[in-house]
Parts: sequence; structure tokens; C-alpha cells
Amino acid sequence: MPIAHTDRFLGVYLPSRYEDIRAIAYDPEHFSSRRIFVREGKRPPLKSPPITSDPPSHRAERKILLPPFTPAAIQRLEPRARALCRELLEPLSGRSACDGAVDYAQEIPARLIAHMLGISEDAGDQFRKWVRDSFEHSMTDVSIVQRVVAEVSAFFDEEIARRRGARGDDLISYLLHARIDGEPLSKEHINGTLRLLLFAGVDTTWSAIGVSLWHLATHPDDRKRLAAEPQIIPTAVEEFLRAYAPVTAGREIVKETELAGCPLKVGEMVLLPFGAANRDPEIFPDAERVVIDRAENPHAAFGLGIHRCIGATLARMEMRVALEEWLGKFPDFALAPGAAVEWSTGPIRGPRQLPLTLGAG
Amino acid sequence: MNVLPKPFAGPADLTVRINRKRCQGHARCVAIAPELFEVDASGETQELRGGAVPPDLANKVYLAAANCPELAIDIVEAGEQA
Ligand code: HEM
Ligand code: SF4
Repeated sequence: MPIAHTDRFLGVYLPSRYEDIRAIAYDPEHFSSRRIFVREGKRPPLKSPPITSDPPSHRAERKILLPPFTPAAIQRLEPRARALCRELLEPLSGRSACDGAVDYAQEIPARLIAHMLGISEDAGDQFRKWVRDSFEHSMTDVSIVQRVVAEVSAFFDEEIARRRGARGDDLISYLLHARIDGEPLSKEHINGTLRLLLFAGVDTTWSAIGVSLWHLATHPDDRKRLAAEPQIIPTAVEEFLRAYAPVTAGREIVKETELAGCPLKVGEMVLLPFGAANRDPEIFPDAERVVIDRAENPHAAFGLGIHRCIGATLARMEMRVALEEWLGKFPDFALAPGAAVEWSTGPIRGPRQLPLTLGAG
Repeated sequence: MNVLPKPFAGPADLTVRINRKRCQGHARCVAIAPELFEVDASGETQELRGGAVPPDLANKVYLAAANCPELAIDIVEAGEQA
């Protein structure tokens, strides 16, 4: 049977085949996004448009978010991303060891999204703490989510108030001036979307950069090849996304239906393990092998269907630049002997501690 | 379930079409074949030059289609029904 079930977390199904995961992602009529994470207890539904929305409202809420994330817009951010990576690498010069997740991977997306939101990049530290609390520590303690949401909302309320007078060039100002059907967005909408941008962009990209470094630290041939041929980094990035897809989303079953012959109960959740879809041998030849120059790679790491990640171009740029800069500085590195790599728990998977030895530098 | 389009035997008179209903704008196609696709300022992906594919880009258009996670890229050979 390709679908597993647990009674924990109020009842959850786990499909494993690409075909089934795709079918769910394409079927918002039976599978609603009003709950996207599995938790031990019920909590009041919290809106973070567009990720928690279903048709028909989803489309317009998504559309207003697209312009700041187009390839042209993201290209303009690349110099800042590169400078940021260099600032992080600079203090590692001459060192023989560091933590690739703590000293490098985690800093990049948190600081860059702060930059985009027009907030001091030092707020990145606070962002990361909120994000980790809400993803990793909240599966079994729902009260943590409520506390984090209250804190984040208060933070953004203040930032919004600051922009009411003078419009800036940042994402918060952009949302304040966005219109759906000629109407400005409600305060809850703006706050929910800002929370989403913060939460969707930080842990995910941090995990993706971290797991790429982990792969290279444990596969010297791939590491040497990428250091020697940086032009294949973009292809390798796609393969790391396929093989180590950081995100498992979920849907609430809102209409009785079945999947691969398995009846699904209304009110329970179904997980979307995009990483499992990406390793389905029906779709990806040699699925278990990481092939850094895999040419045909229609992976689902950014999701499938209407909720497909809005930040994908940004995340790809961050991963590419992070690897280019890291390999330019440290072409030679490995897992520290006896290293305890710590992996996250929860819906976003990646290394949270990654002790490395640095060969050159 | 086979999601990959068939490779082409050789250059032919090709046209490429993005299936609007399926496209979610990940821009994989733009990254692979910027000569054939673009993302406009509103975030929608478009075919350039009405989707005409110069013969020397036959391989690239195939690669773009093979990397589109939504299977939204259709390649039509001259004389074929879309
Ligand atoms: C490697 C890093 C990332 C991965 C793996 C990733 C993955 C995903 C996935 C799988 C979804 C779909 C969720 C679902 O179907 O319920 C999604 C949605 C989303 N992501 Fe990302 N993401 C990443 C980075 C980012 C970044 C950097 C941003 C922006 C700052 C972002 C913003 C969003 C938004 C706004 C949505 C909701 C789209 C919608 O509901 O229409 N993501 N992401
Ligand atoms: S890769 Fe596919 S889904 Fe993405 S923009 Fe191109 S056609 Fe659309």
C-alpha cells in the first residue's frame, strides 16, 4: 500500500508516490490549504494568504505577490546577496573549523528577507528564533504558535505604522499599496502575508543551503567538481533540491474521496512529502543517486499546482550565490571527524548544526 | 506515469506553447532557455516571438519542457495538431 496512516496528530495520511502527491496538490476541492501543518492539537485557524487560502480567493492574493519575486527583481538583489555571503565568510578566514549551518547557511535568508522588507538586517536573529519556535517547537505545544504569532504581528504593526507616512521601496510598503479589485488589503491580510514571507523563506532556504554543504562535505568528488566547474552549480542546486527537498506541506481533507484505492476521512490531514515525490523511480531514473549534472529534473521541491512557491527564484539565487562564494573561498572542506550533525524536526528538514573542517582558506 | 516529453530526433519546424492553465510561473523554462521564454513584470511567463523555435534551439526547448514541474510546456512540430 503506497499510503500510510497514523491516528496521531488528529489523524494523518502519508502518501509516498509522485503521482499521488501530485494528484492531491492539484485538487484543492477535496484537499484544503486552510491547515497546512500537522500539529498535536486543534488551534484557531490562522490566515497567511495565499498559502492558507483556497480557490477562488487564492488567485488574486497570489498574483499581487508575484511582481517583487520575478527573475528581473531577484537579479537586482543578487549583489546584496553576494556581499552578504562575503561578509559572513570573511571572519572564517584562516580558521580550520566552523559550523556551516550556524555560521553561514542560517544567516543568508534571514538577512536577505530583512533587507527586502526594509528592516535592519540585524533583525535576522530575531526572525530565525521566531521561525524555529513556530516550526520545530510547536508540533506538540500549540501555545508556542500563539505566542510567536502575537510577537510577530506586533513587530509588523509597528513597521507598518512607520511606513504610513512615507512610502519606501521595500516589500512592506509594496503590500501597503497593493490593491485587490481596487481595494487595499486589510490589516490582517498584510500581517498574515508578511508572516508568511518571513516563515516561508527563512527555514526553507537555510535548510537547502545547509544540506547542499552537507552533501558536498560528504561527497568529495562532487565537491571537487563543483569547485572546478562553478558553471554547473545551477544544475547541482536543482539536484540538491530534488534529493533533499526541505518542505513537507499538508492539506486538510474537506470532502470525502479516495486515493490509490485508499478511502480518506474528512477532517483528517494528508501530508505532501515533496521529497518522496522527488525520489519516485517511476519519474526520476536513478532516483536514489545524487547526480549533480542531472539534465532532466522536473522536481517538486517547491510544490506543485496553485500553491507552487512564490520565492523559488529568490531561493535558487540564494543557493547558487551561497555555493559560489563558499566554494570560491573554501574549495576544500569536510565533515568534522566524529561530528554530530543535528537535523531539524518538523515540516522543514535540514541540518541545524553542521560542524566542518576547512582545508584551505 | 511518464512526465518527461519524448526527445526529438532532430531539428524540425517547432513551435512552443505554454499551457496557461498549468503554468505556475516557476520560470525554470526562462532559466534554461531565455531565448525562448520571459517572465513579464506581473510575474506571468510568456513565449517569445509567438513561440517560434529556431532550429538551433530545438534541444533547449526540449530541456525546458523536461524541467517544467507542471508539465506546462507543449512542443508542436509543424503539421502536427496542437
Ligand atoms: C529552498 C527554499 C524554499 C523551498 C524548498 C520552498 C518550498 C515551498 C513549497 C513546497 C511551497 C508550497 C506549499 C504548499 O503547497 O502548501 C511553498 C510556497 C510558498 N513559498 Fe516557498 N520555499 C522556499 C523558499 C521561499 C522563499 C525564499 C520565499 C519568499 C520569501 C517563499 C515564499 C513562499 C510563498 C509566499 C508560498 C505560498 C504560495 C501560495 O500559496 O500560492 N518560499 N514554498
Ligand atoms: S517552467 Fe513551466 S510552470 Fe514554470 S514558468 Fe515555465 S512553463 Fe510555467
